[in-house]
Amino acid sequence: MKVRYRALHPFDKEAEERHIQEDHGLHPYDEYLKPGRIPHIWCPGCGLGIVVTAFIEAMKQKNVPVAQSAVVSGIGCTGRVAGYLDMDTYHTTHGRAIPFATGLALVRQDLIVTVFSGDGDLFAIGGNHLIHAARRNVNLKVICVNNFNYGMTGGQVAPTTPIDARTSTTPFGNAEPSFNLPHLAHAAGAVYVARWTTYHARQLVHSISQAFDKKGFTFVEVVAPCPTGFGRPNKLGSGLDEMRHYREVCEVRNGADPSEVEIRLREKIIVGTFVDVERPDFMEHYQSLVVARAQAKAKSKGKGKAA
Amino acid sequence: MRFWRLPLDAEHHSIPRGEVHIIDNRCKGCGFCVEFCPNGCLRESKRFNVKGYHPPEMVYGAEEDCGDCGLCSLICPEFAIYTQLKEAKKITEDDIQKVTTRYSRKDRRYAKKR
Repeated sequence: MKVRYRALHPFDKEAEERHIQEDHGLHPYDEYLKPGRIPHIWCPGCGLGIVVTAFIEAMKQKNVPVAQSAVVSGIGCTGRVAGYLDMDTYHTTHGRAIPFATGLALVRQDLIVTVFSGDGDLFAIGGNHLIHAARRNVNLKVICVNNFNYGMTGGQVAPTTPIDARTSTTPFGNAEPSFNLPHLAHAAGAVYVARWTTYHARQLVHSISQAFDKKGFTFVEVVAPCPTGFGRPNKLGSGLDEMRHYREVCEVRNGADPSEVEIRLREKIIVGTFVDVERPDFMEHYQSLVVARAQAKAKSKGKGKAA
Repeated sequence: MRFWRLPLDAEHHSIPRGEVHIIDNRCKGCGFCVEFCPNGCLRESKRFNVKGYHPPEMVYGAEEDCGDCGLCSLICPEFAIYTQLKEAKKITEDDIQKVTTRYSRKDRRYAKKR
């Protein structure tokens, strides 16, 4: 068997570009991916690729134009999504994906701004930003990939690590209760809250495309396997074993009370669309309260001067 | 189980036949497509790709079974597999019998594994 890879000469720019062009476009989803970036760095068995695929598929189904969409991501394994998608993407500092996206969504209201980030980025260092963006109901689509640990830095304990789970910094088991992300997002005021696992790929596509239609702060949590950081210390097996585990333990319960959907290690995971309500978003309030009053005041002032 | 006649609305439906395309050198051998293909069309091959993983391949004799559902392309984290519609076949009496045999074959395949 012949194995040849990259007939590249050093400093041969043309050969490198030719290689990128040859490798790009083999897959129909490649039109949404930057040339030369695939294969990505995520581990074999990681679920992040499935979330990216589901996002692309939802964009395709909803006919969201690439020119009208922007993706903002923070730091971490999930933060690298911004480097792979071929659209307006921004890779922000740690935890500051939502502040950047808030500014972008307020200035450019024609854009569909998606925040694509991990649990450590959105809920640990960026938790404050997330709850306030949800309170203001800024027009953002947040996709939070939850792998229960800080995967990129070596599997340390995160605010989403279930109680009694082992990580590299909690070798005797985690003593802290974890965040219940849908409950937190709902309590802060998100208008659309859903949770799926990477095993529920079709439902995830449907959920993301529903989120594209909603106006306001939507939150989709995706439970993803992390065989390297979380699966190994907890003896959950490979990524495939974790997917089989999701198939066995997940229970779809649409409209469930978000306070009852906490995840515990090796126990039932309740998935589904939990919250889908209508609420005026930030710009509506701002237009009706601040802008309208300021314009009225300016008009009356102008009249006074003329008279 | 046997169907004793064609369904009455058989004219309005068709059987999609898909074609699976596998980009070998992108595969990292996670096995998601092999596990979750609803028709059991795929299996792990014995050959290596350039990274040293075993990419998937079609099960021998299952070329007609792919229904172009696209789950493999959706569940592949590496953008390494996709399906294309080859033809939309009209339903005939033989096809209805084939459907039942296809599922029974899949059951046997799983029974052997466990």
